[in-house]
Amino acid sequence: MCLAVPGKVLESYEVGPSRIAKVEFGGVTRQVYLDFVPEAEVGDYVLVHVGFAIGKIDAAEAKRTYELLEEMGAVLEAEEEQP
Amino acid sequence: MKYLDEYRDAGVAKGIAQAIRARVTQPWVLMEICGGQTHTIMRYGLDEMLPPEIELVHGPGCPVCVAPLEIIDKALAIAARPGVIFVSYGDMLRVPGSHSDLFRVKAAGGDVRIAYSPMDAVKLARENPSRQVVFFGIGFETTAPANAMSVWQARREGLKNFSLLAAHVLVPPAMRAILASPVNRVQGLIAPGHVCTVVGTREYEDLSRDFHLPIVIGGFEPVDLLEAIRMLAVQLEEGRAEVENQYARSVSREGNLPAQTILQQVYEVSDQKWRGIGAIPMSGYKLRPEFAEYDAELVYGTEEISAQEPQECISALVLQGLKKPVDCAAFGSLCTPERPLGAPMVSSEGVCAAYYAYRRRVPEAVA
Repeated sequence: MCLAVPGKVLESYEVGPSRIAKVEFGGVTRQVYLDFVPEAEVGDYVLVHVGFAIGKIDAAEAKRTYELLEEMGAVLEAEEEQP
Repeated sequence: MKYLDEYRDAGVAKGIAQAIRARVTQPWVLMEICGGQTHTIMRYGLDEMLPPEIELVHGPGCPVCVAPLEIIDKALAIAARPGVIFVSYGDMLRVPGSHSDLFRVKAAGGDVRIAYSPMDAVKLARENPSRQVVFFGIGFETTAPANAMSVWQARREGLKNFSLLAAHVLVPPAMRAILASPVNRVQGLIAPGHVCTVVGTREYEDLSRDFHLPIVIGGFEPVDLLEAIRMLAVQLEEGRAEVENQYARSVSREGNLPAQTILQQVYEVSDQKWRGIGAIPMSGYKLRPEFAEYDAELVYGTEEISAQEPQECISALVLQGLKKPVDCAAFGSLCTPERPLGAPMVSSEGVCAAYYAYRRRVPEAVA
């Protein structure tokens, strides 16, 4: 139920009082309500749950933590290569 | 897909597992709360990548599983009424009530429909002004704002034929009940990343302090979960008990403020029954009195319906991390996804369903 998937905002438009985005998930696009993430802009990645964006992916934070994780993998590879 | 594929990388996962093995010196029991995380663990066999000292137990974070029997019976009573379009997330349709389930109500002529989003139910109400549309809004803090928006939107449009049957549950009060139990075994907690995306991390700081418990907010991919486990292992080995955020690409300390605002406007915190566990004070949401005309319980007078939980299902113990599905005599024999005794065998997030799907064959390799 708490499944939420990151997707890329392709465009956004107003429908009545709501702002709605077209969001792409690996080639599939869906309509997503932006009521909870009004700051989302075209090109941003948002986390989507039951038709609503519930958060914006922090690209800088993702890059920083992933580089640390990759280092851990690289250290392991180096250790495995040692005779 | 960006932000998913890289967190399934086998090399990175092995590196983290290696770091965990290098760090652990004694046995630790960790709990992941969220059923989505349980499924990732079982699907990729993450528990089998860990050193034997680390035991993972599975928590109550499956809203379908903890929805009390009586709310299913209420849903069945409303769905069977003529003129009603009963709209639900798909997971709920096979969950057994006392005598039936929503699929059987549908087969008997009830107009039961599956929706991806609560706003689909609002659309149905708009398009069917002569019918009553009832949305079965279950969920944790992640889903509650979206369910609340359906009521908010119905009021904004002046719809008179829409109501919400709500069964909302909150993580921290349930965790307090589990941690305060004299038989609790949990020494470290992976907190649910999408719940925290909405509500932030402050409540988990209270939990960590009150129970001297290390907590790591974790994501949902294999690399996320292994890293959360590593961070917990380091805290435990160092004797620390803090809240750390592994899922910082999505979770901030404050959480999502617009979502929190709609929660406060539409709901009030209330006592809530949990399947098997019983009533937990202030562990759910109900609609505020000013939204009474959208409250399906009041509209259809189902408040008096109550139900006895079945005895043969041990889901209460499983959902508190005290038993594993394979400890249940009915698992895989009397109880299967096709003929479930309890909700954890039905839901796509249920722990029994995870063991049934993945523990009877070799787990999928991390990409």
